[in-house]
Amino acid sequence: MEVVSLGSILWMTVAAFLTLCIFSFLYKDNPFYIFAEHLIVGISAGYWIAILYHTSLTDLWIEPLANSALAFGSPEGSMAGKIGMLLVNVAPGLIGILMFSRFFKKTSWISRWPIAFYLGVSAGVALPLFMQSFVIRQVAANMMNPADILSTMTADLTIFYNYGQSTLLFWQGLGQIIIVLGSICGLAYFYFSAQHRGILGGAAKIGIWILMIGFGATFGYTVMARISLLIGRFNFLIDWISAIGGYLGV
Amino acid sequence: MNAGFWQKLAALDRRWIYLVIGIVTFVPILAYIRVPVNITYEVEAVYRKIDSLPAGTVVMVPMEFGPSTMAEMQPMATAVLRHCFSRDLKVISTAMQIEGVILNEQVLRETAAEYGRNYGTDYVFLGYKPYPDLVILNMGENFRKPFPRDYYGNELDSLPMMAGVNHYSNVACIINLNATSGVDYWINYANGRYGAELALGVTAVIATDYYAFLQSKQIFGLIGGLKGAAEYERLIGRPKDIANRSMTSVSVAHVFIILFIVIGNMAVFAGRRGGRG
Repeated sequence: MEVVSLGSILWMTVAAFLTLCIFSFLYKDNPFYIFAEHLIVGISAGYWIAILYHTSLTDLWIEPLANSALAFGSPEGSMAGKIGMLLVNVAPGLIGILMFSRFFKKTSWISRWPIAFYLGVSAGVALPLFMQSFVIRQVAANMMNPADILSTMTADLTIFYNYGQSTLLFWQGLGQIIIVLGSICGLAYFYFSAQHRGILGGAAKIGIWILMIGFGATFGYTVMARISLLIGRFNFLIDWISAIGGYLGV
Repeated sequence: MNAGFWQKLAALDRRWIYLVIGIVTFVPILAYIRVPVNITYEVEAVYRKIDSLPAGTVVMVPMEFGPSTMAEMQPMATAVLRHCFSRDLKVISTAMQIEGVILNEQVLRETAAEYGRNYGTDYVFLGYKPYPDLVILNMGENFRKPFPRDYYGNELDSLPMMAGVNHYSNVACIINLNATSGVDYWINYANGRYGAELALGVTAVIATDYYAFLQSKQIFGLIGGLKGAAEYERLIGRPKDIANRSMTSVSVAHVFIILFIVIGNMAVFAGRRGGRG
């Protein structure tokens, strides 16, 4: 067994204690759980500030700003260019500082400017691409030639009939048909401009079954995810006990 | 059984269910029983892609997961990185979930050390920058735009591996290991805008959302949750690693949850019948 240092064991013990504090909520809300919850919020805030300062603020703002200010002392480059660079590097800082106006009631409205700037840039960049990636390409993926699918499926069936082996293309084709029909029926369920009767009603009914199967698959995956997290914590607790045992030579 | 029994069962304190799930999850961890893990097409596609790349090829493995999803994502990241380093591929990584920066760096550093890979020549860690959408978009123009320096403060041009590696066109593929909704940015920008070959490794909770992109060929592979990690471990010949060892607990817990659902439904129906009677 690998012997873990006393320092590591102490930190592991703190982590194990906090894990048990969080688990204690399963019984009922209690001060241990509240302590752990508050601790993580506080530590996260401090950690974020440190990471943001060291990995973003310094190399994306402070250094370029300092360099553009120092450029005034260099004979190279035009004065207009130096002023332009300085303004380009001052602007992000100024926009960022406006966020702090939220701390004062009278000036809090100014903080909307940087938010509006970010939203504007993000929306402008995202919208055309979003349509392409999440709508057009998804719709295009459902546009298949039925003749191609049927001929592939028939060919696979013929191979299976003659040689007793399948290339699985039949099932692939069947899957494609289900995807196309499932998409149409799913959309039919969300078509509310006509009463769900006749063909539309039938398609909507199939659509809701398709949706339910989708929700079921998502639920199954969610259960697996949550159990995986529980396993992760159990594995940690086992490692912690093993580390203590290893250190004590038990 | 009479309706009273089912009514009592329907009103059972949920803490008993927590206790049962805790026990049935914990016991199989101690008594490891190997369960079969079938390899799915979407996980094998990622494996095949990495396996087909010649030694020295640059790939990108951005990691976006923190402590809350570490149990699922870390085995996946370790398996994918082990495969990359064993094939002598060069890896560029980022960490665009702020809570996960140190974790992601640790996984990359420790896995690289297992294979004797050196920082700067075999792998590079760019670290964290805020606003992942804009960072991903900017990396399509030049990695140096959002990351003038790497996580350790080195200028990218000072790292031998980064010579001639400017944007997504210079990497063979991107295997994005992501536990956040930031996956959409990679699909939208890296694949949609810049045409990068993209595969995803995601938590089980969001895995079903991304099968549609597999069908539309916007991604070439998908590793979903701990099961996906277990499949990948098998593909790289490590069937005794953590994800595979956890599969027994997952299977047993699932059986019990199915049982609870069945019993719960029976209790509800019996309760209704009893109410009518």
